[in-house]
Amino acid sequence: MFDIVFWILALVTVSAALAVVILRDVFRAALSLVLLFLAIAGIYITLYADFLAVVQVLIYVGAISILIIVAIMLTREVWHGSPAGKLRIPALVVSLLLLGTMVFTVISTNWETSGEPPLQPTTAAIGTSLFGEGGFILPVEITAVLLLAAVLGAIVLIREK
Amino acid sequence: MMSVGLEHYLVLSAVLFSIGLYGVLAKRNAVVILMCIEIMLNAVNIALVAFSRYVVPMFLTGQIFAIFVMVVAAAEAAVGIAIIIAIYRSRQSVDVNKFDLMKW
Repeated sequence: MFDIVFWILALVTVSAALAVVILRDVFRAALSLVLLFLAIAGIYITLYADFLAVVQVLIYVGAISILIIVAIMLTREVWHGSPAGKLRIPALVVSLLLLGTMVFTVISTNWETSGEPPLQPTTAAIGTSLFGEGGFILPVEITAVLLLAAVLGAIVLIREK
Repeated sequence: MMSVGLEHYLVLSAVLFSIGLYGVLAKRNAVVILMCIEIMLNAVNIALVAFSRYVVPMFLTGQIFAIFVMVVAAAEAAVGIAIIIAIYRSRQSVDVNKFDLMKW
């Protein structure tokens, strides 16, 4: 069951990512980016990561894509499209080389997978290990500082002089 | 058809990462470059969650790392778009070929 779902989602993901790169219309590229984010949320569901799937829909589909679409509208560059630069052929070569290396490494490595059933539902367990004793509480607090710095930086950068 | 395992997710992640890398290197519109960076971060997240599911299914370390990647991606998108709009105000363009303020 999950196999068929995975293949469909993989097809959708790869074609949406290709559309983001190939389409010349920036707005259509942003819309296929939204489709890509939704398909990745489906992939998280096939990996039993239910909390992450919801967070993906909330943050990426809800917030980041809106931010990107607002940026496209504010910069009025929709009519110029997104042409490829002079470095198109070297970029293609570099990314194909990297892809070949990564696929070869993944296939030739003997991964030690565990046969245990996955933990589900994951929300309570994620909350415990983020905020609980001996968990990730220090990174969570550093993340809060990072978010504050990002918000302040964005406001300072975009303020009228 | 063999059953879907860890390798399938890792290859999917590698394909998405390469597509994003090509976009970052080849595109001239700064907003599209930012979109391609988001694709690359999502590809890394897929790999992290797949490792978490198949290698240590009883621990959620990979998923927690993916949450931190998402937070950093959100901060990066906000600051990146603020920089692009600030440059657009002074240059009237989002073409990265015209972003030569820091050239000597």
